[in-house]
Order: sequence, then structure tokens, then C-alpha cells
Amino acid sequence: MCTTCGCGQSDDAITIQLVGEEEHLHLVDGEVHSHHHGHGHGHGHSHEHEDHHHGHVHSHVRDGGSPHSGDKKVLQLELDILQKNQLLAERNRGYFEAKHILALNLVSSPGAGKTSLLERTLRDLQEEFPFYVIEGDQQTMNDANRIAATGAPVVQINTGKGCHLDSSMISHAVRKLDPCVSSILAIENVGNLVCPALFDLGEGRRVVIISVPEGDDKPVKYPDMFYSAHLCLINKIDLLPYVQFDVDKAKSYARQVNHHLEFIELSATTGQGMEQWYAWLRDNRIAQ
Amino acid sequence: MHELSIVLSIIDIAEEQAALNGARHVEEIELEIGQLAGVEWDALDFAWEAATKNTVLEKSSRKLTIVDGRARCLECGQAFSAPTLFTECPSCGSFFSDLLSGKELRVKSLTLV
Repeated sequence: MCTTCGCGQSDDAITIQLVGEEEHLHLVDGEVHSHHHGHGHGHGHSHEHEDHHHGHVHSHVRDGGSPHSGDKKVLQLELDILQKNQLLAERNRGYFEAKHILALNLVSSPGAGKTSLLERTLRDLQEEFPFYVIEGDQQTMNDANRIAATGAPVVQINTGKGCHLDSSMISHAVRKLDPCVSSILAIENVGNLVCPALFDLGEGRRVVIISVPEGDDKPVKYPDMFYSAHLCLINKIDLLPYVQFDVDKAKSYARQVNHHLEFIELSATTGQGMEQWYAWLRDNRIAQ
Repeated sequence: MHELSIVLSIIDIAEEQAALNGARHVEEIELEIGQLAGVEWDALDFAWEAATKNTVLEKSSRKLTIVDGRARCLECGQAFSAPTLFTECPSCGSFFSDLLSGKELRVKSLTLV
């Protein structure tokens, strides 16, 4: 049962909620169940359907010419398995580009410091740019509440048992956030260095964060994430004196996987290196 | 376990095509997945068995072609076999390369009955 609204959705269902609003969405098989809670009049319940996209299909018959010989039909599809995610990601990307929004997909293993980095960034830069945040976690509103404390509008997506965000979740979350023109949208993906690599959300830039207590061989242990990223933030560098982490070695491993990758070393705790990250945001915001 | 999402996407494609063509089920499905696509084969098998129950793919035979990773060196132009995303060029030792293949994730064909 959904613990927020008491409806029949299990805790495994995907929930999308704007902090400060009780109304939230459940996504079930791509279908939206939305709950409006007002003054004891029970549930308003609406259903919405995703657009269905049909790929361009060529059908060729291989078994002897007749299309129905033996009632068998062979379809040569050549369809991308993740085409639905990809199509919706491109739709999100078009929306972001049209509104000059710099959309960032922040990915890391759990505990690398994504939320702390965002909190500090929002506190330091929110006078300069409008910021919006989407938080992805399997459970709880904890991270969204931390972000909300900085004053930035934030939507929490709980993926239930899901190990990554996808473009459909982002599309629904963005509708709730309604970000303004020329803003920065930070999407904090589920803490996981494997699964989110495959799912384009429509972001303009993908930022992978590693922290120095994690080990400098992360880029070759989990190469897919580094292969698809634009920027690598090396966080918690204030801890370098206490851990065995060779920054040059980590960078060289990451470059073996992706020679386009940029790097910034920083500490969200002490503020060291944060100016470089802010300069990168300014540059990439203009590039959008 | 993003393999479950992959299998669910494959089921979507198969169900949609079966419905469009008035087929009852899929006799054979041909998949083409790259060695570097980030798919764990055991996890794919596990997800397949669990997720295809009561779908048009439940009794299908699955033909999986694994596409080898290949890259071209940006320093010397040599094309070579790349079983990982960080394979060095065998002729000059450089890591500066672009992938030629290995990232495929495709449903190649369906045999409907």
C-alpha cells in the first residue's frame, strides 16, 4: 500500500511527488494514476496514457513466398530494444533545448556525495541561476527534503525496486516542476554505477561523481558509466591524506575508457574546487 | 538488474507486433546484443524466464547473437577486437579509439504464429 495516500499501490510502485504538495503520481506500466487529496471528499482519480510510438517496420516473408504458408510470418524488425526510452528521451531533450535549460544527469555509486554537492551548489548559485531538482531514490523523500531546505523546487521520484530513472519518469516529473527558461535542472539518479548508464533521460550533460574513499580503479571496474559521461567530478578530495587514492591513476583509467571526459577535483564539504565546477556550469549553460 | 527493464522492453515490442499482425504467439525471436552493451547474460536469462510468463514470448525460442566489440585506433588507424571499453590498440598501444561495434541492443526478427 502507498504509505503517502493509502491507495492500493504497493511500495514497489513508482511514485513522483513535488515537495510541498500532497498530490502525487503513480506510474504503473507507463500509465499514470494521479491522486488529488482535498478536504475529505475522497480521491479524484485520473488516468493518462503515454503516446504509443510505432517503429517503422519492414515485413519480409522468408518461408517460400506466400505470406501465410504454414501460418508463419517472419518480421525483420531491426528495432532498438530501448527505443521507447530513447524516443521519450529525445522529446525531453527537445523541450530542454527549446527552453534553454541545462539538464544534468548526475550519476554515482551510493554515498559519493551527489546530494551534498547539490546542496552546496544550490546555496552558492541560486541567486545567479534558477535551479530545479529531480531526486531519484528507491525509497524515502529524504534527499528531496534536504534539497527543499535550500529553497529550490524539487520532485522526488521513488522507483520502488527500480535501479535507475528512465525518460518517462523524467517527462512526468518535469511537468510537475515546470522549470522556467534558462534554468538548470539537476537530475540526481539512483545511486548505482551500472544500470543508469543505459538509460538516456534526455539530459544535455551526464556527470559521473566518484569520491576518493571509493578506490581509484572505479572507472575500469564500472566502465559503462564513464564511457557515457561528459564530466567526472572527483569528490571528497579533503580526505586524500587519509585514503589510498591516486588521482592521476583514476584519471588515466577513466581516459582509457573515454578520452573525451573532463575532470574536476573538489570537496563539497570544504568548498575546495567548487569554483571550477561553477565555471563549468556557466560555460555549459551558455552552450545550451 | 537493468536486464529486467531490457526484457520488459523486448516483451513490449513482441506484444505490439503480435497484436498488429494478429498472431497468437512468437515462435522465435532473434536478438542482437553487443558484448559492450552492458548486459549481463545470466541476469538476462533470469529476467527472461521470470518476465516472459503469460506473454507472447513465453514459449518462444530465443536466438541471441552476441556482437563482438571492435574499435578503431585514433592514433594509427588500426581496427582491432575490443572485448572491454578500455582495450589498448594492439599495434601502437594507444587507448585513443572509437568503438565500431559492440553496443548493439536490437530485436532483429520475430517469427509469428
